[in-house]
Amino acid sequence: MSADRIDLGALLTTARAIRKHIITSTTTAGSGHPTSSLSAVEILTALYFGGILRHDPKNPTWPQRDRFILSKGHAAPVLYATLAEAGYFPRDLLPTLRKLGSPLEGHPNMRRLPGVEASTGSLGQGLSLGVGHALATRLDGYDSRVYVLLGDGEIEEGQVWEAAMSAHKYQLSNLVVIVDQNGYQQTGPTAEVLDMKPLAPKWESFGWFAQEVDGHDMAKVLETFDKAAQSKDRPSVIVARTVKGYPIQHLLTSDPNHHGKPLTADEATRALQEIEK
Amino acid sequence: MKTGKSTREAFGLALAKVGQEYADIVVLDGDVHNSTRTEHFAKKFPQRFFNVGIAESNLVGAAAGMASSGKRAWLASFAAFVMCNAYDQLRMSVAFPCLDVKVVGTHAGISIGEDGPSQMGIEDVGLACSLPNFTVVVPADEPSMEQAVQALARTKTPAYLRAGRPNVPIIYENGFTFKIGKANQVREGKDLTIVANGLMVAPALEAADQLASQGVQARVLDMHTVKPLDDAAVLAAARETGRIVVAEEHLLHGGLGSAVAMSAARQHPVPMRFVGVNDTFAESGTPEGLLAKYGLTAADILREAQELVGKRK
Repeated sequence: MSADRIDLGALLTTARAIRKHIITSTTTAGSGHPTSSLSAVEILTALYFGGILRHDPKNPTWPQRDRFILSKGHAAPVLYATLAEAGYFPRDLLPTLRKLGSPLEGHPNMRRLPGVEASTGSLGQGLSLGVGHALATRLDGYDSRVYVLLGDGEIEEGQVWEAAMSAHKYQLSNLVVIVDQNGYQQTGPTAEVLDMKPLAPKWESFGWFAQEVDGHDMAKVLETFDKAAQSKDRPSVIVARTVKGYPIQHLLTSDPNHHGKPLTADEATRALQEIEK
Repeated sequence: MKTGKSTREAFGLALAKVGQEYADIVVLDGDVHNSTRTEHFAKKFPQRFFNVGIAESNLVGAAAGMASSGKRAWLASFAAFVMCNAYDQLRMSVAFPCLDVKVVGTHAGISIGEDGPSQMGIEDVGLACSLPNFTVVVPADEPSMEQAVQALARTKTPAYLRAGRPNVPIIYENGFTFKIGKANQVREGKDLTIVANGLMVAPALEAADQLASQGVQARVLDMHTVKPLDDAAVLAAARETGRIVVAEEHLLHGGLGSAVAMSAARQHPVPMRFVGVNDTFAESGTPEGLLAKYGLTAADILREAQELVGKRK
């Protein structure tokens, strides 16, 4: 569980593989949200491969498992790549992303793919689901944890704050939110569309234990997850400062946001080389 | 007919009863448990009762999360608030993944009276029917509500259950069978069929009595399940009686009338008439005054039935 016992080199290798899947699968599909996925790679890699999430790819509905809910459902490619790398389904399903008949839909569908805990894509709903899971597992006497990844644009949805208040009321110390603060939403910078900063004090004022971290520093991300797990009477939030499209955002010179569109074949080739460096 | 409890009170008592039977039932509340009568469950099982405050979106989402973790989740609020305020949550977090969440909308219809149109759910059945995977049930009285709660508790898929505020006449005084998706024929007749549910079953029976005194024998069906609809009962009514009047305490658009009309049109089209709220909001007033003003009485059903029968060749 502890960050110092983890092989960081192996984690970084896995993160690179996940990034390549994200780029390849969305470029093959001809649509999707690669940049929104790339900002969350270290977060998912740390969770699934860094000993944070207690899970079993051979038994995806194991009642005592920890749960991960991708509330920002448009980042489905990072979830699919992570689950494939973890062994929930074969990697050769990844190129079927968004194709008719494929269980890898544009946004996650829990009924079609093992390891997907929630059907998301309408923003703002994942934290309430997490609250429900956290209440239910506690009622069952399990020590399961529930992790919910939110986008920093997504938290403009009022339901997120309804859920945050209820998590505080029920002292859900088994609930951990990660805000992927990549600074952009569909039409521009979050600071311009609807500035929610400062994020950590906002969550603190709702009764949460808040931490901030560089969301691309694997060792630090692991450390904050360890600290979050020690919270005894409060839900935890980790505000992860990230870069949308990391680490290939400079290749997308026309638009640093590059929201909801795949890389061209040429951009993808250069991006894959960049990631290998 | 003797007056029984309101369907919301019958719901609350029945829920507390099934809570005993199923240890995995949890109940979620948007701070209206004394109105929806989930207070009966809350008193008996406080550890399985969750009041998440005045926040319907989170109410639905948290219930869906609990259902995902294996609970039988029930939630209750006013029909207008839970269906209209949290519709996307019902669509995306409950219906799409087909989770075991039972959504109970109380204070449905215009018979809530003085609180007025902001509190009246008159579109809830149409909205619920537009959610794939949902079963939609509108019980008429205390005994059938109790049966409905027991029947729904046995299922593992989402459902909408509609309840009203006022005390209502008891339709089923003696033993009867309640089966989801199966209409109850509460009166036999061959000249026309009145299809009703909820609060409108009692006036349908009253109208049938008056028709009988004029020599017209009306069949009355309690169509408590709007989805899945009992197509066989609609087909039999169309074939055997040749005319159908539908009566509901709901907007004419999208409710029971629409469902029965589609079923009849598919199978055996016959002349039809519709009694319901006609594309309008109601207002404050006594329940009786409102039902009369907005055309939801036995006299309204009688008038439509007489018109239909008059058109007979």
